[in-house]
Amino acid sequence: MAGYKCESGELSREEALAQLLDQYRDYQGGLIPVLQEAQNIYGYLPREVLQQIAGELRIPFSKVFGVCTFYAQFHLKPRGRNIVRVCLGTACHVRGGARIFEAAQESLGVGQGGTTEDLRFTLETVACIGACGLSPCMMVNDETHGRLVPKRVGGIFESYQ
Amino acid sequence: MKSLDQVRVTYQEEYRHKTAKNRIVVGLGTCGIAAGGEKVMTAIKEQAAARGLDVAVDLTSCIGMCYREPMVEVAVAGAPSVIYGDIYPDKVEMLLESIETKTPVYEWAAMQIPNGAVPYEGIAVMDQSPYYQKQVRSVTSRLGRTNPESIVDYMATGGYEGIEKALKMDRMAVIDEVKKSGLRGRGGAGFPTGTKWNFVYGAPGDKKYAVCNADEGDPGAFMDRSVLEGDPHSVLEGMMIGGYAIGADEGYIYCRAEYPLAIKRLNLAIAQAEEHGLLGEDILGSGFNFTIKIKAGAGAFVCGEETALLNSIEGLRGMPRVRPPFPAIKGLFGKPTTLNNVETYANVPFIIRKGADWYAAMGTEKSKGSKVFCLTGKVNNTGLMEVPMGITLRDIIFSIGGGIQDGKAFKAVQSGGPSGGCIPAEHLDTPIDYESLGALGAIMGSGGLVVMDENTCMVDVAKFFLNFTQLESCGKCTPCREGTKRMLEILQKICDGKGEMADIDTLELLCRVIKGSSLCALGQTAPNPIATTLRYFRDEYEAHIKDHRCPAGVCSALLVYSVQADKCNGCGACRRACPVGAITGEKKAVHVIDTAVCIKCGACFQKCKFDAILRA
Repeated sequence: MAGYKCESGELSREEALAQLLDQYRDYQGGLIPVLQEAQNIYGYLPREVLQQIAGELRIPFSKVFGVCTFYAQFHLKPRGRNIVRVCLGTACHVRGGARIFEAAQESLGVGQGGTTEDLRFTLETVACIGACGLSPCMMVNDETHGRLVPKRVGGIFESYQ
Repeated sequence: MKSLDQVRVTYQEEYRHKTAKNRIVVGLGTCGIAAGGEKVMTAIKEQAAARGLDVAVDLTSCIGMCYREPMVEVAVAGAPSVIYGDIYPDKVEMLLESIETKTPVYEWAAMQIPNGAVPYEGIAVMDQSPYYQKQVRSVTSRLGRTNPESIVDYMATGGYEGIEKALKMDRMAVIDEVKKSGLRGRGGAGFPTGTKWNFVYGAPGDKKYAVCNADEGDPGAFMDRSVLEGDPHSVLEGMMIGGYAIGADEGYIYCRAEYPLAIKRLNLAIAQAEEHGLLGEDILGSGFNFTIKIKAGAGAFVCGEETALLNSIEGLRGMPRVRPPFPAIKGLFGKPTTLNNVETYANVPFIIRKGADWYAAMGTEKSKGSKVFCLTGKVNNTGLMEVPMGITLRDIIFSIGGGIQDGKAFKAVQSGGPSGGCIPAEHLDTPIDYESLGALGAIMGSGGLVVMDENTCMVDVAKFFLNFTQLESCGKCTPCREGTKRMLEILQKICDGKGEMADIDTLELLCRVIKGSSLCALGQTAPNPIATTLRYFRDEYEAHIKDHRCPAGVCSALLVYSVQADKCNGCGACRRACPVGAITGEKKAVHVIDTAVCIKCGACFQKCKFDAILRA
């Protein structure tokens, strides 16, 4: 996540954050979209960014931190460039989703929530991505891979740098 | 008031022109894309250009047959259109040839739509095909048939006629029409939509909101995703009609972040509606103002609960509020708010356009209309379907779903996700409506149906759901926060073979207490999977506890692996597969598993080609 693109070209992260905060300053209920966008800019939510958001939006830091830790989407530590989310929902569960997760763990060498040392992948589980018709399945970034068998999992990762 | 007639006539002409030509339509819902639909589309475009073939390439969403994705429709002008299943790039060449030769590729065809031409022999006509015969297609009528990214397609097929008609009606008349239709909330609880709107209409205040709950979190459910991806305009139109009826000028769609394609298509649809003056100020010159904003969820199942969802839109932690006051009186930002599910809103334009009587003619006495279900799990035909209320589970699983995979025996179907229950074989003939499913201890829920076969352990399934709910419990109220965790611990103990009979009594007690004392529906319904499995599959719990045996062979702590001497030919595959060296035996002699060393990983069971490993 080197640069944050906008219409006027590349902005530095700090400029992008400042622009974002300007946009949401008087917006009712803007904290969650701000956190989502800030996470897009930084890849995760560093403490200083949370402090800046709290200050600029005039929301107590404790409240910002509370919202951050409540939702599964927000991360306080750096994450991999590619996010792997293996589905362990009901349909995937009865069709062997756990074995897909094992294969993913084995292939990446990290456990649930873990990030590979080279920051290439973060491995997560998800309770359902709504592609139950193709279970068992997983998402890598925004792409859904369905009808998986454990053997195929490692090969899928290879195409993500 | 301004009329849309002129625009509509133009668009109908455009749509007619488009569909009258040779064309190929690729199903690009999330399921189609996951199965490789985009690669197929690229291959079609490239190869058609290389051949110099005059064919238009279009996209549509999921038609419902997820088990045959990627699906491609090939329409030759003047002939029936044929819908093919399992189409990968290597099959594209043959499909293009089929346009040139005007002969379908029979063996790949899933079904055909005659479009007024004489149907081909040997290919099932869609309405009469086994998958669609017992379905009705109203909310899902555009899914897999029109391009969801085109307002032309939507308006050419009756779209925005509902809002145009509603704006000419009195607001109360719109509410009465919805009441008369008998439409009930499709998110799970089944509250009558018209009554809810009436409450908000009557609530004092000049600022009101219409909110759409698209936080479809139930594992095993993708109805809302399919509707949002396949017909986003219908949800917008339903919200506009609802907003007009209750007197709201602002709408929010709260959609899970796990559905990026749905959010993309909704944004596109909103922009198109704004361009056409259907959203914004003084819509069609009626004086009605309405805008719609999308809020992406941030990954919390509890936000599907209406008051938690409102908190989340307000930028707070998604914790439920104490009711009363109900959202109809004090909802979003403290203003009167109606909250309806995606499918509920998508039904509304049809009801207004075709009339309440048309809608109420479908279904049972107390549950009118149709319901979209997602059939998944150990069933042959997984996918999306729309059926009239009152159809039996047997029809859904065996007629539409094509029965159980690999010829196994049906054991149970789980309806309503983590809040629902497991329904056993003896109740397969129950007609589906809100009341009858409730009487079985399950719920209609949003429409997820997960089928389980004889190889599914019901204690393990209950444990699976409790693990889910205890993780997703927001922690605000004690019965849910602590209770679900205690129940999970007991289930884990039973699955590990360490359970006692008294644990069943404790579970039953906890079920009652948590159901009766939790703050919101997440906690109140969390015990349902345990209560129903205890009610219908008590023997499985007892087998785990008394005999230390898992009848379905799932709970690994209770399994014992052994070699059946009469089937073993001594190939040694199991010995080599065993990670701990628990298997010994000479070449071509019967092998033996040392149960003291065995870690019950099941590697030998999967490896053996002769079914010689016994798992009991």
